[in-house]
Amino acid sequence: MIEKAVGKSTGPTRVALTGNYAAAYAAKMADIDLVAIYPITPQTTIAEKLSEFVADGELAAELIHVESEHSALSATIGGAAVGARAFTATSSQGLELMHEILHIAAGLRLPIVMAVPSRALSAPISIHNDNSDIMNARETGWIMLNASDAQEVFDMVIQAFKIAEDPRVLLPVMVTYDGFVVSHTVEGVELPDAEAVRSFIPKGKWHALDPSRPSSMGPIAGPDWYYEIKFGQYHAMRDSIKVIAEVMDGFGKKFGRNYSPVVGYMMGDADFAVVTYGVTWGFVKTAVDRARSMGIKAGAIKLNVIRPFPSDAVISYLRGLKSFAVVDRAIYYGAPSPGPVYTDVASALFMSGHAVPALNVIHGIGQRTMYINDFVEVFKELTKLDESKVIFMGVRE
Amino acid sequence: MQGGKQIRTIKDLPREERFAPGHAMCAGCGAAIAIRWLNKYIGDNAIVANATGCVEVTTTTYPYTAWRNPWIHVAFENAAAVASGLRKGIDVLTKKGVWKNGDTRIVVVGGDGGTVDIGLQSLSGMLERGDKVMYFLYDNEAYMNTGIQRSGATPMYAWTTTTPVGQVLHGKPQMKKDIFDIVLAHGIKYAATATVSDVIDMSNKIRKAMDYSEDGPTFIHVLAPCPPGWKYDESKTVEVAKKAVETAYWINLEYDHGVWSVTTKVPVRKPVSEFLRMQGRFSHLTQVEVEEIQKWVDARVASVNKLVGMEVIGPVKGR
Repeated sequence: MIEKAVGKSTGPTRVALTGNYAAAYAAKMADIDLVAIYPITPQTTIAEKLSEFVADGELAAELIHVESEHSALSATIGGAAVGARAFTATSSQGLELMHEILHIAAGLRLPIVMAVPSRALSAPISIHNDNSDIMNARETGWIMLNASDAQEVFDMVIQAFKIAEDPRVLLPVMVTYDGFVVSHTVEGVELPDAEAVRSFIPKGKWHALDPSRPSSMGPIAGPDWYYEIKFGQYHAMRDSIKVIAEVMDGFGKKFGRNYSPVVGYMMGDADFAVVTYGVTWGFVKTAVDRARSMGIKAGAIKLNVIRPFPSDAVISYLRGLKSFAVVDRAIYYGAPSPGPVYTDVASALFMSGHAVPALNVIHGIGQRTMYINDFVEVFKELTKLDESKVIFMGVRE
Repeated sequence: MQGGKQIRTIKDLPREERFAPGHAMCAGCGAAIAIRWLNKYIGDNAIVANATGCVEVTTTTYPYTAWRNPWIHVAFENAAAVASGLRKGIDVLTKKGVWKNGDTRIVVVGGDGGTVDIGLQSLSGMLERGDKVMYFLYDNEAYMNTGIQRSGATPMYAWTTTTPVGQVLHGKPQMKKDIFDIVLAHGIKYAATATVSDVIDMSNKIRKAMDYSEDGPTFIHVLAPCPPGWKYDESKTVEVAKKAVETAYWINLEYDHGVWSVTTKVPVRKPVSEFLRMQGRFSHLTQVEVEEIQKWVDARVASVNKLVGMEVIGPVKGR
């Protein structure tokens, strides 16, 4: 039934999919030309599903069984370098092994899309979820979207191709989401009409290697050129936030599900807010309701975009608050604050001249269970907060 | 069009120069000779994936390039994986009617570091998958681009900046890694060794490797003498390479669909000391060490003669 729904023009269909399968179905409906795969928990089921699609002749893509994640991204670069719509996926140690090539994919300005169900980093080895891996990839020059459920995974993978291949952008895009909690949880996902997806993301054109117009890609640049090339990359990333907003807007108009780089919940009259990304969003929204029932003017925002950091939208939500918290599921060892997104938010506020006391909440490390009431406690803490500080929740000290 | 006819004399060699002048390779660079001839045979419908190394950094100083073919460099250890992506990308775009350039071939250019050391994993993956790519290894026997550091391809007792000649250690303590056997162990159908002193032999092998890359991976391993790294005068590159063959330090081999041959027969060998003493990197060698290298050469000669099934490389003159 699912196959029928995505193969032909049958109108939207609601099916049960895990987050990983949602990513695989989106890649299939995007009619990717090339995919390089290497297994790693919790990404593996994407590789398996795409292998099935290719084996069954449902996806006309070349599938490359590489011998490492480093080669997965390298082969994906090779495909994109000749103009193929190329996709890959990884997690955790795999993303770390790719790290060198992440920078190069962005520097070569190739519109690759990659799904990353996030997982904690070794050592000690953990197959469970936190955001250490993706946070460590923020400065590699990739646009990073963040989904908090399977439907968002599907929708953002579709959006990712349109953003990446936009001639104003031409940067690789990572669609990140929480391993297991999203990657392996079955949810209802609406698959749009296949033809509607195709018309939303017609294949783009970018500078590709072509024997009829030879060029050298990835040369060595000396001190007299390197800076300008990287400055161009900086601008492409910075300005991509407009394209991302435009694509999300267009997606909402076409498919009826609205997206924007940052979304708010009960923020209209809020005095206190929790800034989230990923699955924490669901917990925090319920905590907002409970805090409201206790008379706390609570609200929450969720970042759908991690890079480029959506500073303007974040500032507009946070600047008038009495205090706010940022929940981070990764630790920056030795940094001024241990939370990576807290650091981003603090720097955005500082640069805009706003000073609001802010709590950095570290939670859910290595998939330590987070409870809704933990975030109710955060709201209570916010009502008393007069200076910024850090708390580690859910840990035995 | 790739390949072309069998080359018998220098009159058959193509005059067209596809490796543009103005690159920054050293005077007397063996790799430069190899790349020049490689370019004559890959044709205009081939894409080159270049591993980081001497050739890469000296030929594409932005905004200039010495390459008339489409060329890509991504990193040091992944040229073979990039090549697989290029290959499969073109294959799928051809099937979908998007690729309009016909039978485009993929060529990898890698040095010894990028091939036998850091790039071995991605090379192995590409070979195991049987991707239709021609891999061209120029072997200057050390990390020359970073300033002469030991690689797996550095020969025994050679001086490098990381195997200096001291009171306790005398150059590299280990033998040269046998990349040719490692590559062949993947079951590929065509692999050959060559060097820059015999351009006709090298040309024919490049030509064949390009032709056979239609069916699967092929591999060319070229010994590329390096004047600053091997410490000899830059006018002597071809002579050093020639001496490597005459002493059987280097054997021009070919493996073609199960058939082994030695393409440069050496009925009477010269002692390896004649090759070694041309180069400053071996100037510290004791007689015992020279004898040890000679024994290594003798053993290789015996095994190659056995592979070929006849004595194509003879005994050392005067022994």
